[in-house]
Amino acid sequence: MTERLVGLPATSLPLTAAMVILVGALLLALIRIVRGPTIPDRVIALDLMASLVVGLLLLLGAVLDLLAIVDIAIVLALIAFLSTVAFASLIERRTRE
Amino acid sequence: MIVFVTGLLALSGALLMLIAAVGLLRMPDFYTRMQAAAKAGTLGILLIVAATGITLGSVSALLHAFLASLFFVLTTPVAAHLLGRAAYLSGVRPWVLQDELAGRYHTQTHELGSGRAPTASLPGIDQAEQASS
Repeated sequence: MTERLVGLPATSLPLTAAMVILVGALLLALIRIVRGPTIPDRVIALDLMASLVVGLLLLLGAVLDLLAIVDIAIVLALIAFLSTVAFASLIERRTRE
Repeated sequence: MIVFVTGLLALSGALLMLIAAVGLLRMPDFYTRMQAAAKAGTLGILLIVAATGITLGSVSALLHAFLASLFFVLTTPVAAHLLGRAAYLSGVRPWVLQDELAGRYHTQTHELGSGRAPTASLPGIDQAEQASS
């Protein structure tokens, strides 16, 4: 397992480059979370970060040839959707009171 | 050949998600940020899912990829719509010259008025406050 992590095959170079791009996008979304003037800005940035991590997991599963990582990615996407819905209803309910 | 196709899919998907993140950082208000993140992010993750499914190649992997892409297509617009509605009701103003929804949306019953006779609304969303701000 560890030697597969260290020595990536050369055919997966585009997938690895795509993972690097996704990490850069994660940093940009993190800046929006820190800066974001309102709470909905932060929530949408968190949602985008979750789907970026899902993309990273999928690419990692493709590089390592592990199907189980795809399952983890689907579960993470489900949790991210539920948390976004919960944040939306929290924002809406807090203004109504 | 398959390596070429999957590399192209993964790279274009990652670039679309980077565009989504740049839009999230650079757009002027919450609603434009939300549409940038929702649309570009959805297409990007779909391309990455397709790349992963084709790379792994088995029937099970393709089925996983199909289910994951179906899930993303169904949930991302719903999440973005809910967040946009919650943000509008909590008083986040859009970056436009005139808010067309102001005074026409009843915040208690969630009914849309015609605009001829403005419905009674919460203090956050009426035309007077829009004009003064």
